[in-house]
Amino acid sequence: MAVLVIAEHDNASLNDATHKVVTAAAKFGGDVDILVAGEGAGDVAAAAAKVSGVRKVVHADGASVAKQLAEAMEALVVPMMSGYDAVFIPATTTGKNIAPRIAAKLDVMQLSDITDVIDTDTFERPIYAGNAILTVKSSDAKKVITVRGTAFEAAGEDGSASVEAADAPAGPFKSEFVSEQMVKSDRPELAGAKRVVSGGRALGSKEEFDRLIVPLADKLEAAVGASRAAVDAGYAPNDYQVGQTGKIVAPELYVAVGISGAIQHLAGMKDSKIIVAINKDEEAPIFQVADYGLVADLFNAVPELTEAL
Amino acid sequence: MKVLVPVKRVIDYNVKVRVKPDQTGVDLANVKMSMNPFDEISVEEAVRMKEAGTATEVVIVSIGPKQAQETIRTALAMGGDRGILINTDETVEPLAVAKILAKVVAEESPDLVLLGKQAIDDDSNQTGQMLAALLDWPQGTFAYKIEKDGDALTVTREVDGGLQTVKLATPAIVTVDLRLNEPRYASLPNIMKAKKKPIDEKAPGDYGVDISPRLSVVKVTEPPVREAGEKVEDVATLVSKLKSAGAI
Ligand SMILES: Cc1cc2nc3c(=O)[nH]c(=O)nc-3n(C[C@H](O)[C@H](O)[C@H](O)COP(=O)(O)OP(=O)(O)OC[C@H]3O[C@@H](n4cnc5c(N)ncnc54)[C@H](O)[C@@H]3O)c2cc1C
Ligand SMILES: Nc1ncnc2c1ncn2[C@@H]1O[C@H](COP(=O)(O)O)[C@@H](O)[C@H]1O
Repeated sequence: MAVLVIAEHDNASLNDATHKVVTAAAKFGGDVDILVAGEGAGDVAAAAAKVSGVRKVVHADGASVAKQLAEAMEALVVPMMSGYDAVFIPATTTGKNIAPRIAAKLDVMQLSDITDVIDTDTFERPIYAGNAILTVKSSDAKKVITVRGTAFEAAGEDGSASVEAADAPAGPFKSEFVSEQMVKSDRPELAGAKRVVSGGRALGSKEEFDRLIVPLADKLEAAVGASRAAVDAGYAPNDYQVGQTGKIVAPELYVAVGISGAIQHLAGMKDSKIIVAINKDEEAPIFQVADYGLVADLFNAVPELTEAL
Repeated sequence: MKVLVPVKRVIDYNVKVRVKPDQTGVDLANVKMSMNPFDEISVEEAVRMKEAGTATEVVIVSIGPKQAQETIRTALAMGGDRGILINTDETVEPLAVAKILAKVVAEESPDLVLLGKQAIDDDSNQTGQMLAALLDWPQGTFAYKIEKDGDALTVTREVDGGLQTVKLATPAIVTVDLRLNEPRYASLPNIMKAKKKPIDEKAPGDYGVDISPRLSVVKVTEPPVREAGEKVEDVATLVSKLKSAGAI
């Protein structure tokens, strides 16, 4: 048996999401190979070769896969699947974009966002915003799977796999990369952060969000998150959204500030180890999942907390 | 440009689902059902394209039970032109939905299919991408902004880390994200008008698509419940509790 893991990276460094997917793939069993598709991503391939338990790294380097757009990734991965029983892909925006295209071409029903591998046909995944856990059995010969990173430990880095070159697919493809606007930040990345401070609608403006949430996050060396309401109102960038349809996080410490705790938000953070909620409404649903709830006006409590740390 | 908009009837996003005691699924009896919220956004976008003169016709399609007709009516009241209901009481998995939609596309020849990025019941996030693969069309998923650019579409996508813009040759598949627009409420006159708009009724068999499921439910269980903790009276207490818990 053999499993292909598609690496998450930005051509410069290997994203930790990959290590978690390797753990899930190892639980599936068999040989685990990592595919690094990118442009000038030699360092990423080298890093992938160090991930524990990996048989080999397949490195496809070329302009057509520089941004890992789905059309080119389909052309690259589908032919490779003759040698694999399963492909495991991180449930990131890149992975979610690619995986179903591969599944449809292989005529298999994808398993999205799995949180456990029971056996080679059976998997666990949350449905209905995490309000139900589905154990599901696939009858397809090959498996196409996206993996929820928060559900698996990261694989170690004591491996020394070989790196094998593969051809990047020749274009042109019907989609073309134009540009990107990435949010620059020195903070820990939200999805893998050990601590997260999130702000909600109650902050009232981007200025207040930056004035109150950011210094608290700085003090805690935490990543910054937000509720959908805060993102929609422009207090924080899109990719800060924590929840059912945003990022899933499970840090050691999650601090929810001025967030009511709608089911869609809880879906993204309720597996955090310790949850702190600051909300002036003592009936706010967020308190039902909080380990420590502070009923207070955030405009007083947050500066005081930042000061006290 | 002709636009096809697939809409799914799902449990209303405000309903807290309950797992059935026999672990076969969730209890859908007597719960409020609505259009998948992402599909409201794709309907709205298609209608805006029509109002702006870029779209010529907006066709709404749903695969589901008889009641999915109401979901189609809602989309027609928002401004869709006509509907297609592909009636089945079976659970249709994203792969089979995509296969049926591929046949509808062959029949209707739209220039653009606008889907939601994710259905909030199964949380699959698959159908649009699968349809794109089956048709060999380009895809722009998680759209934040869609612009027509001659014969092409420029789609700005919500991605981890920020925004990414891609250019798609048409015909194309686009799946929509939350920030694309704010869907309208249908006005009473438009609801009345929608009652007269045509809805074709079909069955999966009419398209020759095998919808037998590839996945089977072993069980559906409640997630582990998180016990509410304690309320702390002030910031100083919070800090000391966090310290003794080793969180800071
Ligand atoms: C399809 C769909 C997908 C969604 N996906 C997501 C998602 O991924 N993530 C997400 O977060 N949401 C998501 N939502 C939205 C979700 O339903 C809620 O609307 C949203 O989470 C509310 O954000 P909020 O808690 O910041 O705002 P509100 O619900 O308005 O809560 C604000 C809170 O702040 C408190 N407050 C006000 N003033 C103060 C003060 N001075 N001091 C302290 N507390 C104060 C209030 O008591 C209140 O509890 C989704 C919704 C839909 C329909
Ligand atoms: N039964 C269905 N009928 C019509 N459209 C559907 C159906 N199922 C899924 N879709 C479309 O596919 C999108 C993504 O669904 P999913 O892949 O199930 O998360 C939805 O937002 C709809 O636009």
